[in-house]
Amino acid sequence: MQYAVIQRVLGILLSLFSTTMLAPMLVSFLYDDGAWSAFFDAFLLILCTGLLCLLPVWRVRKQLRLRDGFMVVVLFWGALGVVGGLPLYLAEALDLSASQAIFESLSGLTTTGATVIIGLDWLPESVLFYRQMLQWLGGMGIIVLAVAILPMLGIGGMQLYRAETPGPHKDAKMTPRIAETAKALWYIYFGLTIACALAYWAAGMTPFDAVGHSFSTVAIGGFSTHDASLGYFDSTAIEMIAVVFMLVSGVNFALHFMAVRSLSLRPYRQDSEFHAYALLMFGVGVLTIGYLLLTHTFGFSEAFTKGLFHVVSIGTTTGFTTSEYFNWPGFLPVLLLFASFVGGCAGSTGGGMKVIRFLLLAKQGVRELKRLLHPSARVFVKVGRNPLPDKIIDAVWGFFATYVAVFSVMLLVLMAAGLDQVTAFSAVAACMNNLGPGLGDVGSNYSGLSDFPLWVLSFAMLLGRLEIFTLLVLFTPMFWEK
Amino acid sequence: MKIIVLGAGQVGSTVAQNLARENNDVTVVDTDISALQELQERIDLRTVLGMASHPPVLRRAGAEDADMLIAATNDDEINIVACQVAFTIFRTPTKIARIRAPEYLGEGKLFCQEAMPVDVIISPERLVRDHIRRIIEHPGALQVLSFADGRARLVALTARYGGPLVGHQLRDLAQHLPGIETRVTAIYRPGREQAIIPSGDTVIEADDEVFFIAAQRDTAAVMSEMRQLERPTRRLMIAGGGNIGRNLADALESDHKVKLIEANPERADYLAADLDRTLVIGGDAANQELLIEENIDEMDMFCALTNDDEANILSAMLAKRLGAKKVMALINRPAYVDLVESGIIDIAISPQLITIGALLTHIRRGDVVAVHSLRRGAAEAMEAIAHGDEKSSKVVGRRIEQLALPPQTTIAALVRGEEVLVAHHDTVIESEDHVILFLTDKNRIPQVEKLFQVAVTFV
Repeated sequence: MQYAVIQRVLGILLSLFSTTMLAPMLVSFLYDDGAWSAFFDAFLLILCTGLLCLLPVWRVRKQLRLRDGFMVVVLFWGALGVVGGLPLYLAEALDLSASQAIFESLSGLTTTGATVIIGLDWLPESVLFYRQMLQWLGGMGIIVLAVAILPMLGIGGMQLYRAETPGPHKDAKMTPRIAETAKALWYIYFGLTIACALAYWAAGMTPFDAVGHSFSTVAIGGFSTHDASLGYFDSTAIEMIAVVFMLVSGVNFALHFMAVRSLSLRPYRQDSEFHAYALLMFGVGVLTIGYLLLTHTFGFSEAFTKGLFHVVSIGTTTGFTTSEYFNWPGFLPVLLLFASFVGGCAGSTGGGMKVIRFLLLAKQGVRELKRLLHPSARVFVKVGRNPLPDKIIDAVWGFFATYVAVFSVMLLVLMAAGLDQVTAFSAVAACMNNLGPGLGDVGSNYSGLSDFPLWVLSFAMLLGRLEIFTLLVLFTPMFWEK
Repeated sequence: MKIIVLGAGQVGSTVAQNLARENNDVTVVDTDISALQELQERIDLRTVLGMASHPPVLRRAGAEDADMLIAATNDDEINIVACQVAFTIFRTPTKIARIRAPEYLGEGKLFCQEAMPVDVIISPERLVRDHIRRIIEHPGALQVLSFADGRARLVALTARYGGPLVGHQLRDLAQHLPGIETRVTAIYRPGREQAIIPSGDTVIEADDEVFFIAAQRDTAAVMSEMRQLERPTRRLMIAGGGNIGRNLADALESDHKVKLIEANPERADYLAADLDRTLVIGGDAANQELLIEENIDEMDMFCALTNDDEANILSAMLAKRLGAKKVMALINRPAYVDLVESGIIDIAISPQLITIGALLTHIRRGDVVAVHSLRRGAAEAMEAIAHGDEKSSKVVGRRIEQLALPPQTTIAALVRGEEVLVAHHDTVIESEDHVILFLTDKNRIPQVEKLFQVAVTFV
């Protein structure tokens, strides 16, 4: 470990992050909502902390090593999550405890979208904008994390996307350097955000709501500026716009990049993960709409729009709602929750375990069946036409097993803390998958939970966002050995 | 013609033998002295010991005044370099190279004067693959040859009871199949060495091996006259994952269920990774338990395509006994081919004959575009294009009965545009017709070539 380098990175991160407080301050002046002082205080506090970190190690110039990479990634979400809670804690309009503020801030930065705040509609605009902005910034971090950094660290089979492996993305080596790659991805991210905001605006949102919701849509976050989420607008057009942009943001951004660069749809057509993602959304969609019709929950058009909207919103782990989906009949709430375990594609802003991992697990299952029928057959797990080394399959299995194990432990902890089973199960699932709303007591918000469950769930969000291993590796003695 | 053949392997020596037999001056170059000695003892040709791509070696082989270079070593790179050397230093007019790697074959722009000066590429594996594929696409056929870019097909099959024409005279065929142009060109009857050149009153018997020509779309209808039409081949097992086996699996896997057995574990892994839908099985194709385990009795076709003749024959026989509907064996030794086809094995594939046919096409003079060996080389089917006008050509504008055809040669059919015409004695040949001829004596080939040559005055 090179503590000096890490301290330096942390200092830079905090100093940079402090400047983002200026945006909500500006909003505060613009709307004259009187909440600017919280952001100003937070700005000064974070900036000073950052500079204090930075000063002693100002002259250190060293390369980051692989091991430092884990630390930096964890600090990015961990430390920013904590200091990001500062303005929420300081804001007079809100009456949040420290753990609630940190939960809210982490929920934003990890693009989860779980909230402890009730009465959003009466909050100052600057606070609302700050929450949306946190998600948007988190999304920016995630696409770089997912496309450039996790493959480099090789988390849970994601070395699949490493440029040097002849993987499904032969030309996935988009640009040779991470900084260039990040820039290219951010252009796409900006572009999508602008398009989304314009579309919302055209469909009838106020400019403030349009921008705010475009932030949380493209980031697959799910924060809204209204308690009723997107249901507030009661507009089919807005819902369908959200569906489109959620679907697009759930796709690997590297694919978007290649499609833009080659000006063709070929990259999507050739990508097996994209096929699986599309098929999954379609399948769950048909099932949900069909069941809604069968049980006469809604009429035809309502079943279609509400079914489709929630399947995409929950399936991509966004977490917008337009109705109380957690009260839908039969297996639907649990089906949707399970769909969020699959989540978005690798390299997207979506959460969950990622489609590619499930695709590989399914193919591995088929391989076992084939081996039973043909004991002498040589069978490989392939993505597209490329066989994958067993190492990657092992890593994916390991990821899956760890995900389930961590999930179970946290479920038990929450139940021990007094939550009922449905609430505990769905809360852990919704946080680990970075989905947001759960079932039961956490169906619409998390305000009813006490401090301890909130800390557990904050940890769950961080685990899910950092693909578990990045965070868990810090808890192993091997990591700290010299 | 003065011809240099590089490589005394299977392809090289067979080519050299065929060329020498047709009165060409052949020089064979190889690094293996025993192979050269063996060749020289058998055939009237010259041999040169040395690395085939080295200019001094080529010079010793007479490259300075050679008309043609056939690079047929086992090594693609040596073949390419040899052609380059022949082009740059010796200005050899015709350079033919055997190229095996599909990676080279896929690049269209590679083989030209500016890059790799190879005039003609011969890829035996690809030729054999296409040959087998045509047979699989015509279930019941022993051999399927294509003429005029596939517009006309020559099919060989064994007549069986149950075919409406079996036991009838050939002239009934026209009544059975009104509107279909077809011509039976030869019949081989078990126990008779010589081919029967059929006429209208020839009676087809069961077990006759019948050759006929028809347009591509009509072949199935004609075949159904000779035997009950078989179900299309769906399930297929290939033994041996060499280049031929791999290529065949690759070509067929999209619309057939293909299983491929390969003994070498590393090669099997490579194939499993490379092929998409083929089920690759590691093991020995002569292992009875393995074949039963993989449902050999459900297979429509079993193809033994390893490098080993004996292994192919035995595993094909085993597969047949275990219930495979039809079995095919790849056999390199010409002596085995006859031996095998009269027995349990349905189809023998001779890579030599297939390759030679393709190679010889480029050596022919006149406008001969294809020469195929039939019946293990006992007969030849030729395709020639008639050029010129009545004055410059010896065939254009004349009725078939007026042609000075050599003995034992018949004109079977004409392909005019998209149409396939059966040749009658009063059919008039037009310019640009593809004429398909049938020869039971291959020594007559030069005479046919001459017939189709255009007089010098025609430019």
